[in-house]
Amino acid sequence: MIEVQGLTKQYGPVTAIRDVSFNVAAGEIVGFLGPNGAGKSTTMRILSCFMPATHGSARVAGYDVFRDSMEVRRRIGYLPENVPLYQDMRVAPYLDFVAEVKGVSRGARKAMVADVMDRCRISDVQHRLIGKLSKGYRQRVGLAQAIVNDPSVLILDEPTIGLDPRQITEIRSLIKSLAGAHTVILSTHILPEVAMVCSGVIIINKGSIVAQGPIDTLVDEFFPSARVQVEIEGPRDLVRERLASIPGVTAVKDDGVDGAGGMFLVESPRGRDVRSEIFRLAAQQKWELRELRRVGMTLEEVFIKVVAGEESLAPGERTVEEAAARVSEEDVTARRPEDET
Amino acid sequence: MRVWPIFKKEMRLYFTSPIAWVIGAIFLLIAGYFFSAIFNFFAQASMQSAMNPQMAREMNPTESVLRPLLSNVTVILLLLMPMVTMRLFAEERRSGTIELLLTYPVRDGAVLVGKYLAALALYGLMLVGTLLYPLMIAYFARLDWGAVLTGYIGLVLLGATFIAVGLFASSLTENQIVASIISFGVLLMLWVVGWSADYVGGAWGKVLSDLSIIEHFDNFAKGVLDTKDVVYYLGFVTLALFLSLRSLEARRWKE
Repeated sequence: MIEVQGLTKQYGPVTAIRDVSFNVAAGEIVGFLGPNGAGKSTTMRILSCFMPATHGSARVAGYDVFRDSMEVRRRIGYLPENVPLYQDMRVAPYLDFVAEVKGVSRGARKAMVADVMDRCRISDVQHRLIGKLSKGYRQRVGLAQAIVNDPSVLILDEPTIGLDPRQITEIRSLIKSLAGAHTVILSTHILPEVAMVCSGVIIINKGSIVAQGPIDTLVDEFFPSARVQVEIEGPRDLVRERLASIPGVTAVKDDGVDGAGGMFLVESPRGRDVRSEIFRLAAQQKWELRELRRVGMTLEEVFIKVVAGEESLAPGERTVEEAAARVSEEDVTARRPEDET
Repeated sequence: MRVWPIFKKEMRLYFTSPIAWVIGAIFLLIAGYFFSAIFNFFAQASMQSAMNPQMAREMNPTESVLRPLLSNVTVILLLLMPMVTMRLFAEERRSGTIELLLTYPVRDGAVLVGKYLAALALYGLMLVGTLLYPLMIAYFARLDWGAVLTGYIGLVLLGATFIAVGLFASSLTENQIVASIISFGVLLMLWVVGWSADYVGGAWGKVLSDLSIIEHFDNFAKGVLDTKDVVYYLGFVTLALFLSLRSLEARRWKE
């Protein structure tokens, strides 16, 4: 449904995206993942026919976004990043305008607008000025304008940003309900969102695609090893040494101290469960075993791994969530001067 | 061409925001003030001329009230029209709504024409408000309705040109103030360019006075309908709209 081949976009001397290629099959929901400034919005702006690429081609529903722009535009619903809406218009007339401009006939318009307001739960504010709405409502009006004419492809740039947790859940289930009949590409930097909503993921960093595919495949691909978190009260160096000598264990990482016990991260090849051996080791040595659990490999870790490199767990960070927060924070600070231009 | 929905949207934005109301009210207030001042002066003059038959023969409400009134209105337009048009594209760029508008299945040309016609329609409504003044003159004196008609045709053409220039200025920037200043500057230059015609003289002087946006209006105010003037204004509108379309397309590449 969406075919992107060697897409490159340059703003003067700055290359926003470089040689980006991917495909999205019909009916799929694909998450477009990357730190801020990675090129997500640029790619989406090209797909939505807002601006042309410098090189490469993109086809949506079989039509080239540059040569058959009108055909593409008829088939897409687009929600840009900051949800630009006319502040001085009321919700219902605004959606009626969008439906009309998208070519919905006069007869069908009223029912379609009412239906979309119902689905996005904005019927209760339909007579209010858009500029007076809360962020959550505005976001939903933005989504409503994208889906009002029931387009076959949806391009959503950060659709859940700035919403409260309940609204996020609502929007996500709304997007999920669109799968099958619609092809959706949504960008986000909220990692769990992708895992929850999307079937596939495309990770982009610094303008280039660094990983893509179904989520499970990606996790296996990037993490061939299984990890177990262990907390043992005992002489730390000795514990570590013994843990490392268990057959099958490939690495033991000291994960800090918690009270009297030491925390360790034990890695072994996927499919090799070393937990019973660890338990027996602790029992033998009469060390107190406080915790023993498998650590799941998540998309977050894949993201950290491909985006920030393997050595991303800085000292003091226990979990990848903390690392993810740091990475995205660093990214924001690092890129801020650029963003302003 | 989906011009109609764009036109409707622009009209809605003019009227749900205070823009249309404020501009309309200020315009009619100032125009009304000019009218009453000119009409009072004319009333006093005709009172005095009752004693002087020679002077009375030269009293003509079309010449002495309508014509100065129209030329005063053109000055108000010079100051106000840039503010009617400044938001057309600049606001959409600043708020980002242009990104949605230009990804809907409408051609850039339709967006442009829709916006142009909306500003023109708002201007039309403002002009309708001023029709009260000729009606009042006609109530007290004999008015040459032909001159009123050509005068208003002239106003429509002049305003149409102002709006086209303003639309172009608005397509150049995302800052409404900048758009307004550019269109005011361009219009004022086009206005005063004829003043140096006498000084330059010769063929170039003729070119300068032909270029002047207000010289062409004078004929209409006098009740003369000349194709040359009509062609001037329509040509100007076409040129400005064409440039706006180009600038809209160019911005896509730069965005």
